[in-house]
Amino acid sequence: MGRFKKENSKDLPPLSTGSMSDIIFMLLFFFMVITTMRESTLFVRVNVPQGSEIQKLEKKSLNSYIYVGVPIDERKFGSAPRIQLNDQFAEVSDIKAFIESERAARDEVDIPFLTTTIKSDKDVKMGDITDIKQELRQVGALRLMYAASRRVKDTY
Amino acid sequence: MARKKKGLPALNSSSMADISFLLLTFFLLTSSINTDLGIQRRLPPPSDPNVKPPEIHKRNTFTVKVNRADKILFDGQIGDINGLKDRAKEFLSNPSNLPNLPEKTETEIPLIGKYEVSKGVISLQNDRGTSYDMYFKVQNELTAAINELKDELAKSRFGRDYLNCSDAQREAIDKAIPTAISEAEPKNTGGK
Repeated sequence: MGRFKKENSKDLPPLSTGSMSDIIFMLLFFFMVITTMRESTLFVRVNVPQGSEIQKLEKKSLNSYIYVGVPIDERKFGSAPRIQLNDQFAEVSDIKAFIESERAARDEVDIPFLTTTIKSDKDVKMGDITDIKQELRQVGALRLMYAASRRVKDTY
Repeated sequence: MARKKKGLPALNSSSMADISFLLLTFFLLTSSINTDLGIQRRLPPPSDPNVKPPEIHKRNTFTVKVNRADKILFDGQIGDINGLKDRAKEFLSNPSNLPNLPEKTETEIPLIGKYEVSKGVISLQNDRGTSYDMYFKVQNELTAAINELKDELAKSRFGRDYLNCSDAQREAIDKAIPTAISEAEPKNTGGK
């Protein structure tokens, strides 16, 4: 009796680390997928201007985006700057409906804090931006943000 | 004696975890969930054509014009964007109470006490042909001027930067130095 008992049976069996890689891979894929997600696919080329006095947006959920720029597919949509709302091209007159639908999607308490972010390309002329701003004033969406990136250099 | 058939030796997969950990940390570090940065502004409410805009005294306005060739005009002459910030600061603070710079009204502000709030308004006019880039640069410089004034006040009163102040302190500073940038109704000069 006790013939087959090994002497060091008190030791813990080694932890199997075979499934470790699977778990980590799952995490990896999760982060890979999460970080490439965007709010909407861009149809316009947007190269935002650079500034030194920029600040972070406080509440991302209370934000709606207006993209302005030259269409990426220039041969199909022309090279004049266009406005993109959600996932499609739009005209200035569509902004009113857009803001209203954004408002309808939020709580009533949050409506005064809704911010519209204009993500516009550097080379867009102010005429287009002014039209958008006038339209926003008419609808009463007065909180505005000009999207930009941080400037690296300190001089122009 | 039949020889026992040997199977393939098991692949050592313990380093797999390390490899995937490396990949994971790489993606964690390199990818930032894109944060939105920018300059925040408040648009004026829609203007009523029947109500006349309030008269603002000439000394209280500082007009900055940007034309369709992206040239800046302030103080009645073509200016350089690098000089705009200092000029705007001088205008808004009026340190030696010059008669041609804006007047001030003494206001009681919590935490700060009596403070002479400037009545100055920066009026920004741009053309429809101005590039958005230039417009943004001008806005950036004007914001820089206001931010520097806020920082100076915060340092002298509270001994720290504006950004490190408490919410109440910031509110007081915002009252003392309002963001007085007004944008004129757009004009279209010289066609499109």
